[in-house]
Parts: sequence; C-alpha cells; structure tokens
Amino acid sequence: MAMDINDLRSLITVAGLLCFLAIVWWAYGKSSKKGFEEAANLPFAEGDDDGAASRTSHPR
Amino acid sequence: MSGTQTTYNDKVVRQFAVMTVIWGIVGMLVGVIIAAQLVWPELNIGPWLTYGRLRPLHTNAVIFAFGGCALFATSYWCVQRTGHTRLWGGPLIPFTFWGWQIVILLAAITLPLGITQGKEYAELEWPIDILITLVWVSYGLVFFGTIAKRTVSHIYVANWFFGSMIIAVALLHLVNSAVVPVSLTRSYSAYSGVQDAMIQWWYGHNAVGFFLTAGFLGMMYYFVPKQAGRPVYSYRLSVVHFWALIFTYMWAGPHHLHYTALPDWTQSVGMIFSLILLAPSWGGMINGIMTLSGAWHKLRDDPILKFLITSLSFYGMSTFEGPMMSIKTVNALSHYTDWTVGHVHSGALGWVAMVSIGSIYYLLPRLFGKSEMYSTKLVTTHFWIATIGTVLYIASMWIAGVMQGLMWRAVNADGTLAYSFVESVKGSYPFWAIRWLGGVLFLSGMLLMAYNMFKTMAGGNTKDAPVIAPVAHHA
Repeated sequence: MAMDINDLRSLITVAGLLCFLAIVWWAYGKSSKKGFEEAANLPFAEGDDDGAASRTSHPR
Repeated sequence: MSGTQTTYNDKVVRQFAVMTVIWGIVGMLVGVIIAAQLVWPELNIGPWLTYGRLRPLHTNAVIFAFGGCALFATSYWCVQRTGHTRLWGGPLIPFTFWGWQIVILLAAITLPLGITQGKEYAELEWPIDILITLVWVSYGLVFFGTIAKRTVSHIYVANWFFGSMIIAVALLHLVNSAVVPVSLTRSYSAYSGVQDAMIQWWYGHNAVGFFLTAGFLGMMYYFVPKQAGRPVYSYRLSVVHFWALIFTYMWAGPHHLHYTALPDWTQSVGMIFSLILLAPSWGGMINGIMTLSGAWHKLRDDPILKFLITSLSFYGMSTFEGPMMSIKTVNALSHYTDWTVGHVHSGALGWVAMVSIGSIYYLLPRLFGKSEMYSTKLVTTHFWIATIGTVLYIASMWIAGVMQGLMWRAVNADGTLAYSFVESVKGSYPFWAIRWLGGVLFLSGMLLMAYNMFKTMAGGNTKDAPVIAPVAHHA
C-alpha cells in the first residue's frame, strides 16, 4: 500500500486533535491546579490599590 | 532591587493610549461619512472622497489605527505589569509607535488616491506592507523580549493571547501580501484565481480571529479581573479556551466563499470549523462574565466595568451569529446583504470597540498620575450613547439585510425575478438612515471620551511608575 501526501495530511489532523485532548486533560488534571492558582493571581501581585492579592481564586 | 529604581516604560503606553482615542474618532468619522453617502449620494465628492475610496479608509482606520493602537497600549502595559519587568527593546519601542503612525498616515494618503491592492483589509500597497512588516517584527521582538526577561515564573494567560495575535498576524500578513511589484504604487498578487481568493479569506477571517479576537481577549483576561478586583473565573478554562481557538480559527476562512468557485468540500470544512468555534468563543465569554460572580453589584455604579461586561455580551452575540451565518443554507440568504455588515459591527462596535474603550478608561488615569477619570459621569453617558448607537446599527442592518436577501431570491411563477436590484436599494433607505444615526451616536461617545481624556491629562504627572517586585504568592 503506497502512502501519499493525503495520508500525511490526515495524520497531522488526527495528531492535532490528540494534542488538543492532551492539553484539556493536562489543564483539568490535579497537578496543574497550584500553578494555575498562582498564575491567576499574577495581575494582583502589583502591590497597587486593587487589594485583591490575598483573595483566593474561585474554587474551579 | 538596589541602587536606582527601575521603572516601567509607560511613555509608549501613554502615546498609544492617546492615539487610540484620536484614531477612533477619525476612523468612526469616516464611517459616519460613508453611511451618510449611502443615504445622500450627493455627498460623493470628486474621485477622492467617493464611497469606494473612503470605505477601505474607514476599515483600515478603525481596525489597524484605532484597534491597533489599543492593542499596542494594552499589551505593553499588561506584559510589563504581569512580568514585573521593564519593556525590553531600546530603540525598537519608539520605532513601533512612530512606525505604526507613519503606516496610518500613508494609508490615509494612498487610499483616497485610489492606490490599492484591492484585497479587503489588506489594501495597502507593497512599500507600506514592508513598513508594516518591520514595525510588526519589532513589536514581536519587544513583546517576547519582555516575556523572556520577566521576573516571575508564569506567563499570564493574557500574554498568551497577545503573543498568539502577534505571531499569527505576522504569518497572515507575509503570506497574503506576496505580490509582484510593477511600480512603487502598483503590484499584482502572487496568486491567481480561486487560490488567491482562498488565501485572501484565510487572511481575512484570521485577521478577525487573531487581530480582532485573540488580542482583545488578552485585554479581557487582564482588565476584567483588574477592574472587578478578582481573579478570572476559571484559569483552566482560559487555557483550554486559548488552545481551542488556536486549533480551530485557521480553518474557518472558506465560509467567506460559499457558493463560489471554491471546491464544495472546502466550503463544508469551513462551515464545520465555524460551527465548532461557537464552543471556545462561548467558553471565553462565560469565563469573562463569570469573573464578576459574587461581585455583580459593582456593575451598578462602575461604568468601566459596564463597558467591559457589555463588550463580552456582544462578543457572545456575534460569535453565536457568526457560526449560524456560516451554515450554507443560511449564508444563501445572508451573503452580500447588510446582514453581514450588521454582524461585523456587532463584533466591531459591541465587542472590539467597547472592550478597548473600557481598557483605555482604566489606563488613562493611571498613566497620568490621577486616581480616576476627570468625570466618571461622562464615562457613564458615553457607555449609554455607545450602547444605544450599537443597537440601532445592528437592528437596522438585520432588517435591511434579511429584506434584501428575501427580495433578491424571490421569483415569479414563471421563474423570473420578482424584484429588480434597485427596488431592494429603495427599500433599504430608511434602514440606512437609522444605521447612520447609530454611527453618529457611537462617534459622539468617542468625542465625549476625548474631552474627558484631555481634562484628565491636564496637569497630570507623566512620571513612569517603579517596577514592583512580585508580591509573594500564598504557597
């Protein structure tokens, strides 16, 4: 069976989908929770008057 | 930090923020003029000020001058503040400002003269395209150079959106602007036939997806949490939102070419990816609006928050309408009518302009050493005028568009057309007048903003703020 350029195109599309699903799995995994909470609070680490730095993020 | 205190580079943010308002007024004024030309055709003057030459001037001015300056201002502010470092790039930084202003001036000169490549949203001729490339590459170097020297470990999600906008726009601009020049003011596309059309709308739709969406979502992810005083509703959702947009937007372009010479399967791919786009768009909208959850009362008396949250409502509306219009059977009715124009302005006035206006109102007092705008009342007035103007604009274009679509497709029993084209033009007049009025209202709001801005600037101090070491995270 000979491969042609269209097989490669299909493979790339499938790889793209798998890559996206892996990102979703990673984003909703337990291990990234703490880092995300830190990142979410970055706009409030400026020590300015907004005073939300100590606020905990939403529990999601 | 020891010795001399490092400061943020707020000068360039100040320059771009002020020019956002100025170019907003210019671009919207041209929009009001061409809206008036449709109602009163006598206003088409000479060859230079006719509708055909002023229309690209309007789109270029509002997208690239108004929207572009807003993106530069907000991204430069956000990347410094969330990276806790001064902007990197030395002379490249002022070059992005002055270079971009020269591009805008050249557009304002060449387009009325009829010097154009004839590609929608990519009309500027090749020498200007080269200048755009130089400015844009400098912008990328400054932005990513600043990311590289940040003093915190995370790259805040807003910067991901701004960064993707810079990379995608560079790619789109380079590919779509490929031409064979024959003189300083004339060139021919490097592509031909349907490939040329497809590359143009791959560019066109991703200019919407990245320049007019990803960049302004970057604004949303920084300024909505700041103004609401609480972190974004779900950071996880923001990560998925980002990657979902990146993976899908690039494929949606063919919906601009339904029922053309483009192969049928390509049209269907474009339609399906446009439908899929509804999910990440609404995920992002919900993420922005729900950031206010538990603090809804703030919406009552904070006009800046009103601008930001209303912009998200319009973003939700237009990203629902867009996928619906990409369905081929719906498109058969809507395409080439004023419905498309209404849809674009639901996004452009309701989403892009309002989120920019809200963000610039947030920045102005902070940039000029004031605690708030000169008049918060005027900001509230601006909000209501802009909202009513947008609603008038969209509603009139919906009615006109559906009417045009129905008239064009109506046939008599013997198969002949029921209406001549000019009958649909005649029927559109009252709605074009209402659209003009909506535009006048939106422009008036911008004039109020300019007055408020200059009053806020008066006697303000323009000292750059010191770089603040990041507050320790609760580990």
